[in-house]
Amino acid sequence: MNGVLDFIAGLGRAVLDIVRMAGRVALFAAVALSHVVRPPFYWRTLWGTLVEIGYFSLPVVALTALFSGGVIALQSYTGFAQYHAQNAIAGIVILAVTRELGPVLAGLMVAGRVGAAMSAEIGTMRVTDQIDALTTLSTNPIKYLVTPRLVAGTLALPFLVLVADILGVLGGFTVCVMKLDFSASAYITATIASLKVMDVTVGLVKAAIFGFLIALMGCYHGYHSRGGAEGVGAATTAAVVAASILLLTFDYLLTDVFFSQ
Amino acid sequence: MTDTQTPKIRIRGLKKAFGPKVVLDGVDLDVMGGTSFVVIGGSGTGKSVLLRCILGLITPDAGSIEIDGVDVTTLSPRQREPYMARIGMLFQNGALFDSLSVWENVTFGLIAAARAGHGPRITRAQARERAGALLEQVGMDPAVGALSPSELSGGMQKRVGLARAIAARPEILFFDEPTTGLDPIMGAVIDGLIADCVRRLGSTAIAITHDMASAQRIGDRVGMLYEGRLIWQGLPSRLFDSGNPVVDQFTHGRREGPIKVDVRN
Repeated sequence: MNGVLDFIAGLGRAVLDIVRMAGRVALFAAVALSHVVRPPFYWRTLWGTLVEIGYFSLPVVALTALFSGGVIALQSYTGFAQYHAQNAIAGIVILAVTRELGPVLAGLMVAGRVGAAMSAEIGTMRVTDQIDALTTLSTNPIKYLVTPRLVAGTLALPFLVLVADILGVLGGFTVCVMKLDFSASAYITATIASLKVMDVTVGLVKAAIFGFLIALMGCYHGYHSRGGAEGVGAATTAAVVAASILLLTFDYLLTDVFFSQ
Repeated sequence: MTDTQTPKIRIRGLKKAFGPKVVLDGVDLDVMGGTSFVVIGGSGTGKSVLLRCILGLITPDAGSIEIDGVDVTTLSPRQREPYMARIGMLFQNGALFDSLSVWENVTFGLIAAARAGHGPRITRAQARERAGALLEQVGMDPAVGALSPSELSGGMQKRVGLARAIAARPEILFFDEPTTGLDPIMGAVIDGLIADCVRRLGSTAIAITHDMASAQRIGDRVGMLYEGRLIWQGLPSRLFDSGNPVVDQFTHGRREGPIKVDVRN
């Protein structure tokens, strides 16, 4: 009996912890967002973060999208060839890439690369008193460190996803034409016929939300890191894990909202 | 009572605990304008917490902190901003911003104050020129301004931190363990620079340290923080002859005495 009660108590504590954490994160985000419309604005920090996310993440996102598009084409061919439905492959590739693979893979790549970097940078600033120094220098640390990163994450990821969409389709095209002997013109025609503005738009909306969540997790965990190098390491891990889980959760929720009917 | 007799900083009954651990247990302190007060005490006795409470980085549990007669503990963060603009702080490890160059670090507060409307407008070219002058004031070549903080030694980082702290000509300066991690000669150099800057600016200063030589070089008065209270205050010349057994044990570094070192915490 005691064991059951202990289990229920533990479960309750875990739920309360999650609710408390969600509240703290929401408050942190609200404070950071309230600074978006209040001067002063830190344009240099915003531009630097935009370049860091949007430009320096291009190679990893591009390669991921290119190969994923190719894999989708190859796997689809394996299945569809049995039913002589190869003509559907171009449609499958563009549907998968624009709706899911582009936003999710680009998001996961950016979470690993940029979310971790944000958390480590801000966490190091926390444990070396740099954040306290900002306060003593008449600078609101959330406004200076967090707000530009949230805005940059929200703006940069849609751009990366657009690139990922194009390269994902190109990956599928390359595999189909070069390896599976499809007609290039027929593949392009089928791709254009299957291309829906709604799919691309929803993918970009997802990307903006994912970008915000990745930056939020990176900033939140970094900002609250404690205890030197070990604390910064733990914060970085937590930022990437939390961002990845949130990203997949929101991907399901958004897919349900936009495509369930 | 005239203004000259009102302490620049007046602390009464300041208390702060972290969970069951009581760090500050009713600190009372007056620091007169234009003077330097040094707080000494062992590691973990709450010296840094005291400074952080005055700076507003930590909210005290009880007590008041008056700056020019205004209790800043009752002010909102926005109301505190004008007071913060009058304060300069040298952190223990310099706390220079890694992502900025040395000159950007030095003039960060000036640019931030201008942005926030608390200070005069300043262009980046003007800021860079001003940084050069400030670096010269702390005995550094202005060319250092182009370097990154990571390219500097510990002593140079402290000097840059000092240049950043005095950039806005603050009325109040705080120094957190200014000589920690430096060799004795560099420690003396930093102390000399601090004393010189405080005198030149006419600022009120509070420094915390457990370096007795540093305390004597910087302070007009010294106080010892022990078990959450300032148990002794006096002239630096009396540090080694205070008549207080706790202070005497600490300043002479004796193992035996009333101070019991808790090695577990």
